[in-house]
Amino acid sequence: MSTIAAISTAPGIGGIGIIRMSGENCFEILNKFFKQKKPQSIDKIKGYTIKFGHIVNGEEIVDEVLVSYFKAPKSYTAENMCEINSHGGIVVMNKILDLCIKNGAEIAEPGEFTKRAFLNGRMDLSQAEAVIDVINAKTDKEAKISLEQLEGNLSEKITKIRKIVISVMADIEATIDYPEYDLEEVTNAKILKVLDEVDILLDQLEKSFYNGKILREGISTAIIGRPNAGKSSLLNLILNEERAIVTDIEGTTRDTIEEYISIEGVPLKIIDTAGIRTASDEVERIGVKKAIEIANKSDVVIAIFDINKELNEEDKEILKLLENKNAIIILNKIDLERKVDLKTLEKYNKPIVEISTKTKDGVDALYKEISNLFKLKEIANDGETIVTNVRHKNIILNSRENLNKARQTIIDQMPIDMISTHLKEILEELGKITGETVTEDVIAEIFSKFCLGK
Amino acid sequence: MKYDAGKYDIAVIGAGHAGCEAALAAARLGMKTLLFSISLECIANMPCNPHIGGTSKGHLVREIDALGGEMGKNIDKTMIQLRMLNTSKGPAVHSLRAQADRKRYQAEMKYTLEKQENLFVKQAEIVDIQVEDGKVKAIETNLGAIYNVDAIIVATGTYLKGKIFIGEASYESGPDGVAAANKLSECLKKLNIEIQRFKTGTPARINKKSIDFSKMEIQEGEDDLVPFSFEDEMPKIEQIPCWLTYTNEKTHEIIRANLHRSPLYAGEIEGTGPRYCPSIEDKVVRFADKERHQIFVEPVGADTNEMYIQGMSSSLPEDVQIAMYRTLHGLENCEFTRPAYAIEYDAIEPSQLKSSLELKEISGLFFAGQINGTSGYEEAASQGLIAGINAVQKLKGKNPVILDRSDAYIGVLIDDIVTKSTQEPYRMMTSRAEYRLLLRQDNADLRLTEIGHEVGLISDERYERFLNKKKQIEEEIERLNTTNVKPNEKTNEFLRRQGTTETSVGLKLSELLKRTEITYKALEELDPKRPKLDRQVIEEVEIMVKYEGYIKMQEKQVEAFKKLEKKLLPDDVDYNTIKGIRLEARQKLNKYKPYSIGQASRISGVSPADISVLLIFLEQYGKTKNNK
Repeated sequence: MSTIAAISTAPGIGGIGIIRMSGENCFEILNKFFKQKKPQSIDKIKGYTIKFGHIVNGEEIVDEVLVSYFKAPKSYTAENMCEINSHGGIVVMNKILDLCIKNGAEIAEPGEFTKRAFLNGRMDLSQAEAVIDVINAKTDKEAKISLEQLEGNLSEKITKIRKIVISVMADIEATIDYPEYDLEEVTNAKILKVLDEVDILLDQLEKSFYNGKILREGISTAIIGRPNAGKSSLLNLILNEERAIVTDIEGTTRDTIEEYISIEGVPLKIIDTAGIRTASDEVERIGVKKAIEIANKSDVVIAIFDINKELNEEDKEILKLLENKNAIIILNKIDLERKVDLKTLEKYNKPIVEISTKTKDGVDALYKEISNLFKLKEIANDGETIVTNVRHKNIILNSRENLNKARQTIIDQMPIDMISTHLKEILEELGKITGETVTEDVIAEIFSKFCLGK
Repeated sequence: MKYDAGKYDIAVIGAGHAGCEAALAAARLGMKTLLFSISLECIANMPCNPHIGGTSKGHLVREIDALGGEMGKNIDKTMIQLRMLNTSKGPAVHSLRAQADRKRYQAEMKYTLEKQENLFVKQAEIVDIQVEDGKVKAIETNLGAIYNVDAIIVATGTYLKGKIFIGEASYESGPDGVAAANKLSECLKKLNIEIQRFKTGTPARINKKSIDFSKMEIQEGEDDLVPFSFEDEMPKIEQIPCWLTYTNEKTHEIIRANLHRSPLYAGEIEGTGPRYCPSIEDKVVRFADKERHQIFVEPVGADTNEMYIQGMSSSLPEDVQIAMYRTLHGLENCEFTRPAYAIEYDAIEPSQLKSSLELKEISGLFFAGQINGTSGYEEAASQGLIAGINAVQKLKGKNPVILDRSDAYIGVLIDDIVTKSTQEPYRMMTSRAEYRLLLRQDNADLRLTEIGHEVGLISDERYERFLNKKKQIEEEIERLNTTNVKPNEKTNEFLRRQGTTETSVGLKLSELLKRTEITYKALEELDPKRPKLDRQVIEEVEIMVKYEGYIKMQEKQVEAFKKLEKKLLPDDVDYNTIKGIRLEARQKLNKYKPYSIGQASRISGVSPADISVLLIFLEQYGKTKNNK
C-alpha cells in the first residue's frame, strides 16, 4: 500500500505540530530530508524510539525536529510509521508535508490512518465502537454499560424484540405464500397488539439512550445568580467536597468553565458563570444575556439567591428563566437574616434548598434534589441494558418510525402485504444491530410453525 | 465404438422445464443447438404436481414470458383450470395458478421444440463432458457419438443417480419410471464439481372412478382472468375442478404404526429433503398435535382418469400407503394407478456457479434447474432461460444477462442459490423477495421486456406493442394526476355511495383513486371523458396510483441496495491479505468470489463489520489502481 502523510495536529499558530507518515516506504521517504548528526541506518533504529535532527530541503534547514519511529506492525496503522514533531508554525509544517509528498508520499484523506488500522486488522468496527465508548466513559457506571454492550446485552434485548416481530410476520407470510391452506388469517387487531407490545420495548430502549447520554456526557448544570449571591462559593464548595473530579475542560467562552463531579455515579457537568462581571452597565447586560444562553442550553439550572437580600429586578429575570426548566432554587447564607420573599420564590414550584456556603450546611440536600430530579438512583442502579451508541439509537428510532407506519397502514385498511413490508423494515433495522438477515429467519419460522407443502 | 457426430454451438443435456427453455433460447438466438433427453417421452414432464404457477411461481412464469421464454405460452395452450390466488392480500402477491393437462403440455412443448429452427432434439444419454484447457470441448452419448460444442448447459433434473424409495423397496430410477443417468454424475465428480445429495417425493395417483367426490369440497376455477403470457388472449377453456379432503386420526394412526417401515425413518435415505415439501409421515411426526391435514385432489389432464393427491407424498410401503389413503373421506375405495415414492438424486453445490449460471472453474459449462439444488418447474424454467441466454451471450462475446434482486424473482432465485448455496431443495417464495411490491406479476413485462428485446428473444413487433402500453400507462397516470373533480353534490353523492368521506375541496382523480373504497372502474362516474384503455393498462394504472406511497418507499430501498450492488469487487483479490476481515469471512469471500459488495453482504458468515472493512478496502484499492 502507498505511503500517506498528513499534518495530524489541529491547525493553529505556534506550539508543536506533528506530521505523520504511514506506509511501507515511510522511512525511506523520511531519510531523504531528515538529517541526524550521526546518521543511523533504519535497521538499527528500533520501534518506539525518538531521534533528533534537522529537516532539510537541499541545503536549506527547514526546522529542528524530533522524529518518533514506529515499526510495523507495532503502530497505530500496523504499518511502518513516523511522526515528525515540528516546532514551527503552520508554514513550516506545510513545508515539511510538502517534502514528504515530493519524496513519494501521498496526502492522506480524512480518517485514512484509522481506515488503515481497520484494514490491517488492528480492530474490527463493532469492537471499535465499544472501545471508543469505554475510552470516553467518564464514570465507572458508564464504563460498565459499554462493557455490557460489548458482551451482547443489547443484542439479547434486540433479539427478543425481533422474535416477536418475526413470529407475527411468519404468520402473515405463511398465509401469503400458502393461500390454499387453511391457516388462520392474521387479524389487524392481532398485529396492532404485537405492534403495541414491541413499541413499549423499543420505547424502553430509546429512553435508556437518554439515560445513557446522561451517563456519557453528564448532566449539564448551570449555576446562575446575581453577583455575590454565592455562585463561586457554591462551586468551590462542591469541588472541595467532591474529590471525584474527572476532568476539567475549558469552555467555549472565556467566561465559563466546565467542571465534572459525580453524584451517585452519574457525572454532573457544572457550567460556572462566575466569570460574568458587573463592572459596567454594558457588561452587565451582556452578562445576563450570557446567563440566559447558558441556562437555556443546560439540563438543569441551579439558581442561587442571597437569603439576606430582597429580590431585585435581576433576580426576577433569573426566576423567569426557570419556567419550563429543570431547576433548583438555592437560598444561600442561611446563617444571615432572612430578607428574601419566600412566597414569590415558592410560586415557581421548584425545589428550594437552603444552604450556607460558609458553614457547608445543606449541600447534601442539594445533591439529593439533583438526584431526585433525574431519578439518578434508577439510572445508576438498574441492571438494564442501556443504549449508549448513537448509531444504535438511530436504528431504534427508525424501527419505531416503521412501526408507526405499519399502524397507519392498518388504519388506512391497506392489504396485509403492505403491513408486512413495514414489519420487514423493522426487522431489517434491528438486524443491523444483531447482524441478522430477515428472509431466512422468517422462512425458518414459517416452516417450524406451520405444516405446509405437498 | 466412438464416432464424430459433428460440430454444434451449444448442447443442452436434459429436456425438462430448464432444458426446454435453454434450448429454445439458444436456438432462437441463432445458435446451432442440441437438446438431449434420455427419453423423448419425458420432454417437459411434470413428474409431480400437475400445475404451473402459484405464489411467486406465477411471478416467475410471467417473468419468463417477458424475457421471451416459452413456459407461459405453453401453459396458456394447455391449462384446464385457472385461479388467481391472494386477491385480498395486496397486488404484489396476486398469483396466477393453472392446472395443466400434463400430456398436452408435454406434447405442445415437444412440438414447439421440433419446429424450432437451429434446434436438434435427440434421444440419448450423455455419459461424458470433455474439457480442455478449462473450457468445454465436446460431449459423448451412451452410444459413443461425440459432438463438439462450445457451450454446454446441464439440466438433468432429478435424473442424476436417481434412486426411488417405496418402503423397503428401492431401486435406481429417474422420475416416473424412466431410467436414471448414472455416468454423468461420475463425470461431474471427475471435473472436481462438488455434489450434494437431495431428496424429494411425490404422492400417489388415483383413478378418478374410484373416488367419491360427494364427500369432498369442490374447488372451481375462476372466469374472467388473464393468461400467463402478456402476448396471449385468454383461451376458452372447459375448467375442470379440484377437490379438497382431509386426513384424520385414523390416517395418522396408520402412519405412526408403520413409521419403522419408512426408509426415511429407518435411515436409508441420506439425501436432504425440503422443509416446504414434507411427506405425510413427516407432517404427522413434526406436527403431532394437528388433528387433520388438507389434501387436494387435482386432475392430471382432461383425457385421463388419473388424479394427483397433493399433500400425501410418502415413502411408506405400498400396502401402508393404500391403507392410509383409504382412510380419507372420498378415498375409501380408491384404486392406485401409481404409488407415492421418495426420490434421491445428485445435485451440484450451486455456489460453484457465477450469477450467469456458468461454472466458475470451467468456461462454457452452464447449469440450470433441479441439478442446481432447486425444486419446482418454474424455478427450473427460469434458470434454463437465463443459462440459455448467457451461453449465447458468451459465445457472442457479450456480457452475461444478470438480473438482480430488484429486477425480478428470477434475480432473487439465482442470487440466493449462488451466494447462499442451499442445504435443501430451494423453492421460490414471495417472502424471499425484499422488493416484492415492485416485483409484481402484473408488471413483469414493464420490468423485463426491454432486456428480452435487447437480448433478441422479444420481437420488434412485440416490443413496439409494449412501448405503446407503457406510454398509455404513463399518460393515464398523468391525466389522473392533473384532472380535477369539483366538490359539488354530485361528487359527494358518489363518495357517500362508495362509503367514503365527502369533500369540501376540489380533488384530483388520482387522490380519489388512492382511497381504499374507490376503484378505477367506479371512478368512471366522475370521469366520463376517460380514454378507452386495455385491461392490462388499467390494472397497472390502478396499482401504481393506489399504492404509490408504498411503491416509492421500496424504490428508495432499491436505490440503497443498488449502491452496494454497483460497488464491484475485482476478481483478483486475495481476501486473506485483508486482515481486518474475520477469518471465517475471508475464507467465504475467497470461496464465493462475490462480484459486488452487495453480493458479499449476503454471504452467510460475512458480517456488517466485515463489509465495512471491505468498503474501506475497495476505496483504497481503487485509489492505488488509479495511481498506477
